[in-house]
Amino acid sequence: MSTPTRLSATLEKVSTGAAKLAVGIAVLFFLLPLVGLLLRTPWGELGTELASPPVRSALWLSLVCSLAATAISLVFGVPLAWALARWEFPGRSLVRALTTLPMIVPPVVGGVALLLAFGRRGFAGRWLDQAFGVTLPFTTAGAILAETFVAMPFLVITVEAGLRSMNRRFEDAAATLGARPWVTFRRVTLPLIAPSLWAGAALAWARALGEFGATITFAGNLPGRTQTIPLAVYLALENRLEAAITLSVVLLAVSLTVLVLLRDRFMPNP
Amino acid sequence: MKLKAFGLLAVVLLVGCRPEVGYQDPGSPAGQQLSGSATVFAAASLTESFQQIGKLFEDANPSAQIVFNFSSSSGLATQISEQGGADVYASADRANMDKVADRSLIDGSAQVFARNRLEIVVAPGNPKGIKTLADLANPELKVVLAAPQVPAGHYAREALDNAGVTIRPVSEAVDVKGVLGPVTLGEADAGIVYATDIKAAGSRAEGLAIPEDLNVNAEYPIALVKNGRNAQVGRAFIDLVLSEEGQQVMADHGFIPA
Repeated sequence: MSTPTRLSATLEKVSTGAAKLAVGIAVLFFLLPLVGLLLRTPWGELGTELASPPVRSALWLSLVCSLAATAISLVFGVPLAWALARWEFPGRSLVRALTTLPMIVPPVVGGVALLLAFGRRGFAGRWLDQAFGVTLPFTTAGAILAETFVAMPFLVITVEAGLRSMNRRFEDAAATLGARPWVTFRRVTLPLIAPSLWAGAALAWARALGEFGATITFAGNLPGRTQTIPLAVYLALENRLEAAITLSVVLLAVSLTVLVLLRDRFMPNP
Repeated sequence: MKLKAFGLLAVVLLVGCRPEVGYQDPGSPAGQQLSGSATVFAAASLTESFQQIGKLFEDANPSAQIVFNFSSSSGLATQISEQGGADVYASADRANMDKVADRSLIDGSAQVFARNRLEIVVAPGNPKGIKTLADLANPELKVVLAAPQVPAGHYAREALDNAGVTIRPVSEAVDVKGVLGPVTLGEADAGIVYATDIKAAGSRAEGLAIPEDLNVNAEYPIALVKNGRNAQVGRAFIDLVLSEEGQQVMADHGFIPA
């Protein structure tokens, strides 16, 4: 670039100022709702609220369902990510689009679709019922299924991106040295993609923990069975605003703690 | 500094130029020149009847608009208390109206404009052969109730108490319309909803009457909310609901006139 003229210097100043303003607004936009929540939190009653059986059962259910959904996402999502990144097959982009569909459709729509497929009257659900006596709607398994549906895409696309960007020379070297594919995957590929694996798992877990629409549509809302924290918050808003705020703060604290732990341990600051 | 001054000037100019939307000559007769939109917060069970009354209202007042927010009465009461935004509030029970009134958010007093009763909702043809509230206690049946926090939910529990029946629902819907969905989809076998909801569902659901001595008397109060944006249109809407024409619409949808 040549010596800046006065005009371009002014323009630069203005654009830097505008960028700073945009950054400030963006930060405030995320900060203010948090402040609103914390200002209204009845801190004195937090302990009593946390100890109450309905809150404890919702919290426990949230943890169980979201962790189960993350585990299922890992078991099925990593192979899927591998296939999308490494296999050449017709319709691959179609499969990828299908995988990311739950990220773009509203969760309630996802819940309706799940009902129509896996519900008692759904084509797959009817078969499950007749062959195994399994019905998913209104069960904890149904809540886990709904959470997996919306959470797994986050894992798949993150892991796929990791697989695509990793340096494959190490895999080639391992193979040249006689390592079997599974050994290469476990000893070379997995450690190399570990950051994206953990990031994907964390994203999927956070998404599952906050899931509302698909869960309430497909699994319903019953304390102790399908009422996770987000559902409990929504119900509490009906008549106990303080309880809703408390539950929200608890969910916030749990997610933040786990994400910070994960970050320190597995995702070093770039 | 200069920028700040400029911003201030812009605000002053904008405020100064604001057109006098909805300005009414205090001397003009009521019912004329109704304009602008009023927001009506109404119980979920009023969805169909109020939409029809809203249409009647807009046909009669072409420059006025009614915007509806249908949800559980309890959720709406929380919304009015916390963030406002309503000109009119119509609740499915007195308790939630009282909650709003206790915070001095009501202009004048609430008026009961309709009554409702409960029915058992089942799939068309009643495939499980359900007859009474007591039948719902069968553990083989999947029964959905509204959550106890919302009017339809506590009314349902009141009726079940009256019948001396304890049931274990498979789900507690967040509002009364959420009970109907699983039953019409065939995922649940039965639920307890308002008679008007069954009428609104048409051929997708069948209603079983609950005897008068076990049933509840759900009263629907309506009131003008203070500090709304358009009290005039809101007041006119309430008048229409209470008028003979409005009461006829309520009756057509299965409500019992107040």
